[in-house]
Amino acid sequence: MSAAALLEVRNVWQRFGGLVANSDVSLSVQAGEIVGLIGPNGAGKSTLFNVIAGLRPPTEGSVWFDGQDVTRLSAPERCARGIGRTFQVVKSFDSMSVADNVIVGALVRTSSTKEARRKADEVLEFAGLAHRAEVSAIELTPPEKRRLEVARALATEPKLLLLDEVMTGLTPSEARAGVDLVRAVRAKGVAVLMVEHVMEIVMPLVDRAVVLNLGAVLAQGKPADVVRDERVIGAYLGERHRA
Amino acid sequence: MSASSFTARRTRQLGLALVILVVVALLPFGVKDVYTLNILILMLMYAALSQSWNILGGYCGQLSLGHALYFGIGAYSSTLLYTKFGILPWFGMALGGVIAAGIAMAIGHACFRLAGHYYVIATIVIAEIGLLLFHNWDWAGAATGIELPFGRDSWVTFQFARNKLPYFYFALGFAAVTWLVTWKIENSKWGYWWRAVKDNPEAAESLGVMVFNSKMMAAAVSAFFTAVGGSFYAQFVAYIDPESVMTFQFSLLMALPAVLGGIGTLWGPALGALILIPMTELTRTFMGGSGKGIDLIVYGCLIMVIALARPDGLVGLFHRRKRSAA
Amino acid sequence: MTAAIVIQSLASGLLMGLLYGLIAVGLALIFGLMDVTNFAHGEFLMFAMYVTFFCFSFFAIDPLLASPIVAAALFVFGAVVYLGIVRFAMRARTNVGMVQIFATFGLAIVMRGLAQLLFTPDYRSIPHTWLGGKTVSMFGIYLPAPQLAGGAVSILAFAVLYVLIKKTDFGKALEATREDAGAVALVGIDKNKVFALGWGLGSALVGLAGAIMASFFYIYPDVGASFALIAYVTVALGGFGSVFGAFAGGIVVGLVEAMTAMVLPPSLKSVGIYAVYLLVVFFRPRGLFGSI
Repeated sequence: MSAAALLEVRNVWQRFGGLVANSDVSLSVQAGEIVGLIGPNGAGKSTLFNVIAGLRPPTEGSVWFDGQDVTRLSAPERCARGIGRTFQVVKSFDSMSVADNVIVGALVRTSSTKEARRKADEVLEFAGLAHRAEVSAIELTPPEKRRLEVARALATEPKLLLLDEVMTGLTPSEARAGVDLVRAVRAKGVAVLMVEHVMEIVMPLVDRAVVLNLGAVLAQGKPADVVRDERVIGAYLGERHRA
Repeated sequence: MSASSFTARRTRQLGLALVILVVVALLPFGVKDVYTLNILILMLMYAALSQSWNILGGYCGQLSLGHALYFGIGAYSSTLLYTKFGILPWFGMALGGVIAAGIAMAIGHACFRLAGHYYVIATIVIAEIGLLLFHNWDWAGAATGIELPFGRDSWVTFQFARNKLPYFYFALGFAAVTWLVTWKIENSKWGYWWRAVKDNPEAAESLGVMVFNSKMMAAAVSAFFTAVGGSFYAQFVAYIDPESVMTFQFSLLMALPAVLGGIGTLWGPALGALILIPMTELTRTFMGGSGKGIDLIVYGCLIMVIALARPDGLVGLFHRRKRSAA
Repeated sequence: MTAAIVIQSLASGLLMGLLYGLIAVGLALIFGLMDVTNFAHGEFLMFAMYVTFFCFSFFAIDPLLASPIVAAALFVFGAVVYLGIVRFAMRARTNVGMVQIFATFGLAIVMRGLAQLLFTPDYRSIPHTWLGGKTVSMFGIYLPAPQLAGGAVSILAFAVLYVLIKKTDFGKALEATREDAGAVALVGIDKNKVFALGWGLGSALVGLAGAIMASFFYIYPDVGASFALIAYVTVALGGFGSVFGAFAGGIVVGLVEAMTAMVLPPSLKSVGIYAVYLLVVFFRPRGLFGSI
């Protein structure tokens, strides 16, 4: 783990009363890397995700981004520094058009709506939503809404994109299209940290996987090594992968 | 395609507004009777007030039912400064706007973290406190109110007791300015931020939107113009008391046109006022004099029917037709 | 100001507070059940007061005796309002909150207009009731009998409501529907029926309050407006949707009003209530007993 990591989570603890949701979690994401954050239900993935995204500061520990401590920064400030995110339960701006949704994101880099609109067109083209630009966001299909969230986050020109279970609920072909989109995002030089449940999709896609279990890091490394790790298999992957 | 068609649509909107402005400006040449002119003045005033309310309530989604407070502050600022210190109402109008904006931000600072109904009730309650305080403020005329001294008709003192036509043109200008401000805002950073805050504050924050600042900005702009309307109204009726400028009724009258016309839309408030105000005045004149309440029944039914049948407001009618035509 | 006067006015405040709780609880019940605020709640109260008045003037039924009749009438009325109006307001895809507010607000105006049309704007009162003009003295405090009866009715109503919600099948259906209306449909409970019954029950409660109010308060078309805001504040103080929060909220409002009246001129007595509301929500944004 080099000092020049883009995102560094250092010894994060998150306690809710007596409950420990994250204990001493450390992980890092390098520039341009795709990292998968996986683990069984209740492993503390969402809690950690919220710490990184700035929804709730950790009880202990720190989050560093681009060489600076961002632990206490608010969500808008993190966005301005270059952290984009999506939501597990899609949160589109339903009274606005698809293009306007993306323009909101683009406006963090410019005050000119004209410039933001141009940026939005470009991002929508990239995300394969250009033909839906003028439609009201409420009319999008669920996979399109997920694309919209990615597009909106990309419009903020992030260095790191946090994806919160973007593949959940997609059909296999939709998921394959999603994988292609994530690869294309990385090809633009954006690092990706994705929380995901669907192993079959994540493992071929990520450069590294971090496995959480019971709030702590159980294993991390190349996907191929992680899936062979006995502890991981025991904790999470179970019978299906051993067979 | 979107950029050019977007610009074209905005230009069309501006063009349409100009045409309407010219047509309305010419109306007094055909309309001579005082009664109709009064209705037109009130209609324009409520179009402007509702547009101001729409900025905070419609675009930014902060459903205030306490705007009567800002209206009253505007009315009292210009009237008190003029009657007590001889300061011209124009300065009182500007100062009232600034005071109202300041108070709106102070209220927002305390209330914007309240959710849904708690926020709505807080706005009502604060306006009621204002009303009660003015009721008991002897220097400001308390419950008896203040009468503007009867003077010469003049733009300097903004008094026109004999010929109401200048009020008509001021109200038209007021409506035009609030429309134009909204039109400008629609295609600005603030406009996008406000709508994002209204739809989903959490998602907005993740996209770098300063949610709290957005609400504060909307509150200030909205309250400023509402207070300007209050000053205008005070000049227009030449007599104010707490009941006539600060009751809950006014808060509703400011919200209603926007809601009926189309909340958070450019044309909604004007369209709502165009229908609501003449209807209110006509039913009051022809059916309300007897005190039989028929005016209220008609008025209430209209609100109910529009709310139920057109949740997006009446502007939705135009959009639908356009879409099926395309 | 002697201690006796203070105790006297606190006692009256407490009685008024019990009534405020009873006026507000229907609002809280309906809100808790389906997230709808009835902006015609004050007019429901007005309607109940008129029903009481006509029970008295046509059939010489004393308000106290009429209260079950009024409650029954309001039950039907509330259910009809749900089935005829609110049900449709809930179908809106966008601006749901706004549509509900203005649909019920429109209803409020219509009801006020109807009252003016049918009953004239005159102030009416019920002159000779069993309890009217009588006072009960306890420990040197004099309490007007109608208010005392009102307090008793309120406590009784809350007790019955408690049993109804906690112990009966209807209460369980109500509770289940407020938790998850979608899931309830799966187990064969008709959501609309539960909502209609909820509106009926909530309205019956305000009917009860109206019957009591009619025995010592003027009855006129706009009477609801004066109590509506107090009812909203009461509900919000207790925490929206919390039925027993409304009980506590009512008592707080009654006591605060009585205390404000002791230190401020009578015209400012509501300022105390409003100020306490603001103070409470600034520190507890979900009211005294609100969850989440």
